[in-house]
Amino acid sequence: MMNLASLGRQREGSTDPAALDASTGGQSAEHDPGESHETRQRQSFRLLRLALGIIRLGPVLILGLLILTMTLLSPVFMTTNNAGNVLSQTAAIAVLAIGQLMVIITRGIDLSVGATLALASVLGAIAYDHGASGWLVIAVMIGTGAAVGFVNGAGFVWGRLPHPFIITLATLSIARGLALQFSGGQPQRGVPDIVRSLGSGSIGWFPYSAFLVAGIAIVIAGLLTRMVWGRWVYATGGNDEAARRTGIPVGPVLISVYVMCGLLAGVAAIITSGRLNAGSPTAGTLAELDSIAAVIIGGASFLGGRGSVANALVGALMIGVIRNGMNLLNVGAFLQPVVIGVVIVLAVETDVIRGRLENRVRVLQAALA
Amino acid sequence: MNAALSVRGATKRFGAVLALDDVDLDVHHGEVVALLGDNGAGKSTLIKCISGVHRLDSGSIMLDGEPVNIPSPGAARALGIETVYQDLALFDNLSPASNFFAGREQAGPGWLPRPLRVLHRRSMAAATGDVLERLQVSIGDRSSNVGLMSGGQRQAIAVARASAFASNVVILDEPTAALGVRESRRVLDLILRLRSEGHAVIVISHAMDHVTEVADRAVVMRRGRVVGEEIPNAEGQQRIVALIVGTPLAASPSTSNRTTSTRSVD
Repeated sequence: MMNLASLGRQREGSTDPAALDASTGGQSAEHDPGESHETRQRQSFRLLRLALGIIRLGPVLILGLLILTMTLLSPVFMTTNNAGNVLSQTAAIAVLAIGQLMVIITRGIDLSVGATLALASVLGAIAYDHGASGWLVIAVMIGTGAAVGFVNGAGFVWGRLPHPFIITLATLSIARGLALQFSGGQPQRGVPDIVRSLGSGSIGWFPYSAFLVAGIAIVIAGLLTRMVWGRWVYATGGNDEAARRTGIPVGPVLISVYVMCGLLAGVAAIITSGRLNAGSPTAGTLAELDSIAAVIIGGASFLGGRGSVANALVGALMIGVIRNGMNLLNVGAFLQPVVIGVVIVLAVETDVIRGRLENRVRVLQAALA
Repeated sequence: MNAALSVRGATKRFGAVLALDDVDLDVHHGEVVALLGDNGAGKSTLIKCISGVHRLDSGSIMLDGEPVNIPSPGAARALGIETVYQDLALFDNLSPASNFFAGREQAGPGWLPRPLRVLHRRSMAAATGDVLERLQVSIGDRSSNVGLMSGGQRQAIAVARASAFASNVVILDEPTAALGVRESRRVLDLILRLRSEGHAVIVISHAMDHVTEVADRAVVMRRGRVVGEEIPNAEGQQRIVALIVGTPLAASPSTSNRTTSTRSVD
């Protein structure tokens, strides 16, 4: 919020010609008026770039501010115990958010991740019940996620759908229904030890799941920023028509993105099942909204082409800290979604403001060129 | 010497419409050819056939005298034919270097499947910087996204990208249409630099003064046919306009004739 206030000031500074006129007014009488005009443009250009830089850092600043506020308001918040709590509560959302991020970079959306998580969780627990080993259970969960992701991607690309909204809405319904059907609507008690420790084990206060999240984040960040595949993902999200013309295999890239997102929903299922020590058909209800919120709050753009793994992690942590903090402060649980909703609005509005500022940069570039 | 690009007897039909009717065109290395004509004259169809978007029904395309087959845009690019469309096909969310190498990233090691190769980011950035410097394209911060650049800078990047990979022909569709006077100037200079580097350049433009300035020859199309060729200079301009609109040129053009022509060109 401080970020937005300072942003407002930046914008005022950069767009208020009267103030700048007053400061250069005395000189422009002696100097070439064209030159002072250019100085003024250069000045606002610098301010604009500064404002854009602040917006880029905004989510991190806000997260820092949130943590600082919570530390001041609650003596419990900054204890290692609570920090471990926040991390393990956030782990599943963070993994889902990293998957969702890749989809959102391609200007898409995956509404099915929460239901996919539930289906993977239930199938994993059933496999365990039938005597599958720990690794096989993990493979079943991840495989289920990847399979649903493939259905999403293939349905979207090969079905030539205008937008992935509908296909992922359909798979949301199908996956949730199947999870309820296979489990008879009941949690399937018991998961392998390895799954349980991934979900709820820890080294001291530091949960295993946080290591898992960190590992996934590093791998995905590497794929997105260092590999040809990642470049193709960003190119597809930035301008799919141009991507097609430059020979990027847009269809397969999109399918792979949905497979990755589904696969990560399977990983989130491991964490969640481990925490619950059960395969639950109702796990991950509305988690798709959390994951989307995390990505957007973190500063990625719904318009595609923009966003990083760090964005998704910061957004997920912000949601985790807000929830945890409100619990510690005894603010009613019903108000938590309200606060998160307000943060989403602010994040989206910041993205709009960023778009406008970038437009001004473009215009000034033309004037200064 | 063989022409860089020769089109012979190009014919293309869209249903009942004869979009190209037995068109011949030659463009030499170090030459800028302006392709002129009113809307629907067949200019766009012709360049789309050359750049692999459409396929000719009959006729042939030769590069340096060698007949070639251009079934797709990718094939055209592999043959050294680069096209800058009006919408530029840039990625606003990526840097100039990423735009240059989109779809043809330098990456390794070679034994990995292409999507999993590691980008050679530094060498791509350096190569892009070299091209931009050679063509004297100034864009300020080279690492910032193309989306933050002005219309002229974006056009310059698209043209530079095309020229960097075009060993044979650069095709520019309305390169100055969206630009102001100063930015047009820079793009025209850029086209002249492409010519001096030995590229064969085809420019589609409606701006007569820009054509006069950069083109060595003006080829005029009407209703799918090449109807004439002129040297685009002050005297030729009148005849070009007459060819475009298809009115026979009077010995001393009447005022009314001139106004009609001007309107059609705009």
